[in-house]
Amino acid sequence: MAKIKTYVRPMQGWWRRNPFFVRYMIREASSVFLAIYAVILLVGLARLTQGEAAWDAWRAALTSFGSLVFHWLALLTVGYHAYTWWKVAPKTAPDLRFAGRPLPELVITAGGWFATLGASALVYIIVRWM
Amino acid sequence: MKRSNEPIFWSLFGAGGVLSALVAPILILITGIIAPIGVWMPPQALDYPRVLAFAQNGFGKLLLLAVISLFLFHAVHRIYHGLHDVGMHVGTGTMVAAYGSALLGTLVAAYLLLVIGF
Repeated sequence: MAKIKTYVRPMQGWWRRNPFFVRYMIREASSVFLAIYAVILLVGLARLTQGEAAWDAWRAALTSFGSLVFHWLALLTVGYHAYTWWKVAPKTAPDLRFAGRPLPELVITAGGWFATLGASALVYIIVRWM
Repeated sequence: MKRSNEPIFWSLFGAGGVLSALVAPILILITGIIAPIGVWMPPQALDYPRVLAFAQNGFGKLLLLAVISLFLFHAVHRIYHGLHDVGMHVGTGTMVAAYGSALLGTLVAAYLLLVIGF
């Protein structure tokens, strides 16, 4: 049977045609960094169960140039994910009302950003001083 | 009609999205950048006895499991649905591989947190 030759619009590189889609793809790409980071933590946990020498070897590996580059890229992309997560929160969150009126979108988004800042400060304080 | 499994994965994706939006940047910054290079974070902060005590504490275990598991479920959900965007039209096998790997990571983390003691 002859192959039917209908025109298929090429979609190669579709997201590069529009800055909105470029930002979308950066946000989606953050998940790859997040997954790898979760695996790095999981490996760290495994090394922790093997004793002090194994744990120190894991920590030493994290000082390598490749690891630092990865974590910088992960910080940038996952940070962008955090920024956009709260940006869309007014549209994804359930209907939040205050005194019978829907909460303004900016309040929800800014609340999320402040929650991230607060949680980050808390984590830093706990890791450093507690 | 077959019931959709999407609500389960969407919930895990959402929970992981919130948790990662709250603490992923600071965790990446601490464990991956400032602790390794020793700037703004003394190296002793992540010394073996300290981290071990955290992993042996019930609350610490819960946090570690939540971070590893929910980050994974959030990420695989996005990667799985993002494959379409890069021109890969995937089926059930890929779906099982995606969520299965997140589940496997969760089980491994839970196992490690058990054997590390209390």
